[in-house]
Amino acid sequence: MSALLEVGIVAAYMVVALAVGAVAYRVTDRTAEDYYLAGRGLGTGVLLFTTFATLLSAFTFFGGPNTAFSSGPEWILVMGLMDGVLFGLLWYLLGYRQWLLGRAHGYVTLGEMLGDRFGSKTLRGLVAGVSIFWLFPYVMLQQVGAGTALEALTDGLVPYWAGAGFITLFMIAYVVLSGMRGVAWTDTLQGVFMLSMVWLAFAWIASALAAEPGGIGAAMPDEFRALGGGVYSPQWMLSQAVGIAFGVTMFPQVNQRFFVGKSEKVLKRTFALWPVLVVLLFVPAFLLGSWAQGVGLAMPDGGNVLPVLLAEYTPGWFAALVVAGALAAMMSSSDSMLLSGASYFTRDLYRPFVNADASESYENKLGRIGVVVFASATFVASLFTPGTLVSIGETAFGGFAQLALPVGVALYWRNTTRSGMLAGVAGSQLFYLVTVFGPTVYVGGFPVFADAYWGWLPPVVGMAVGLVLTVGVSAVTAQATSEDASVYFEAAD
Amino acid sequence: MVSRSALGWGVAFVVLVALAIPWFLWNDASMVAGLPVWVWWHVGWMVVTAAAFAAFARRDWGTFAGVAK
Repeated sequence: MSALLEVGIVAAYMVVALAVGAVAYRVTDRTAEDYYLAGRGLGTGVLLFTTFATLLSAFTFFGGPNTAFSSGPEWILVMGLMDGVLFGLLWYLLGYRQWLLGRAHGYVTLGEMLGDRFGSKTLRGLVAGVSIFWLFPYVMLQQVGAGTALEALTDGLVPYWAGAGFITLFMIAYVVLSGMRGVAWTDTLQGVFMLSMVWLAFAWIASALAAEPGGIGAAMPDEFRALGGGVYSPQWMLSQAVGIAFGVTMFPQVNQRFFVGKSEKVLKRTFALWPVLVVLLFVPAFLLGSWAQGVGLAMPDGGNVLPVLLAEYTPGWFAALVVAGALAAMMSSSDSMLLSGASYFTRDLYRPFVNADASESYENKLGRIGVVVFASATFVASLFTPGTLVSIGETAFGGFAQLALPVGVALYWRNTTRSGMLAGVAGSQLFYLVTVFGPTVYVGGFPVFADAYWGWLPPVVGMAVGLVLTVGVSAVTAQATSEDASVYFEAAD
Repeated sequence: MVSRSALGWGVAFVVLVALAIPWFLWNDASMVAGLPVWVWWHVGWMVVTAAAFAAFARRDWGTFAGVAK
């Protein structure tokens, strides 16, 4: 009965999403700017939730509590530093700056913004190519997750391929129809829904635990109480927080959201609300994970701990609601990624390199074709889930983090050159790729390519490499005549 | 020429980052109201961060991203 309920709830979510998509379609102009960026007109609540939901929704319910279950709740602090403080500051430093430039020059993608200033199709294509390289397997993993979950939910009645395929079809229909506006609206609905679910679950379970001897405190395992220990070393926590915070800003679906705020006021409000949202979502979600450990529950093989905890303490319909909500969350992450991936593909690869004379109406069509192609390709890949693609998807945050510092330098340092940017972007990507896929290399006891550098993780080390290359090469090269620094430093002011 | 407000906010942001993880509570296992004490620090610190961000947005928003008016 619970499976039927869960499927029913997922189906209900899809119907609501399609209805929202249809409304969004009616109010969307047939231009790329409106399709990809909702006409740069999103308000505070929608912008806040759509940015948050695109990245963190499924993690809040599954990955996060699982980590808190097996390693302890310190991940709460990593999230606080990462999303509450660092991402907030980057939202201002990178996001607000990109918003100003996007407004002044009509940029829709990151590659476009860089290509224009540095007079370089190569840089534009490189940034888009690198982004799609990391994004593609990440989207594939979402489809794998959704397909697997549907299969488990229906006890194998819906086979994996059918589940993943159905969800892919749904997302295509939905994204093609509604564009950014519809995606952002459903994200908002979903964000509010998730926040309520988390707090209901938290209140439910906390009050059950409080009634037991020893109270809530007894549910926190002894080995989890002290700050640090186990996997949580200072270097590890800082590496994770820094690597992921910078990585998030360069994920296409988040970076593109830097362009969509309606006004400066919207950006200011969202900026101040990040830390609040972080506390409201992650503290309860991760405590639940640690409590599951404390009350002696077991994590199912290849499964997630939160559903087990809910099944133990809450009625079946509520657990079903949460699990279905998490499934919907996975879909809402994928739809945003599809849309942004397609925009990078059409605007930064197809148009500059294949067909420069595409008209506005053709591009409008092309954007939607891009969504279909991208989603179908990731679906096919998800049927085979080649090991290499899985590794790329799992290390995607680090890959995106490599882009952040060169972009930051370009936005704030007038003397950045095209050569510096190409060296910084390509060099840091190469370095990071070798640490992920290449052999471990030590020279005279010093790690050159390794899993960790005195406790620091490769994404952070790669960021330093990218920074040094961008600044160093820029310092010794001159700007080409086709570069125009004033694009960033005067027009925006 | 770095303005005083830029310097002040720079220092404030560095402090917000530096103490988001309460290093001085490292290895501290005390519990307050059923939760590890550092969880309460986190809650408080996020409120402080939000307040600081709000004040910055209201008073000195243009300071670093630089919009000359």
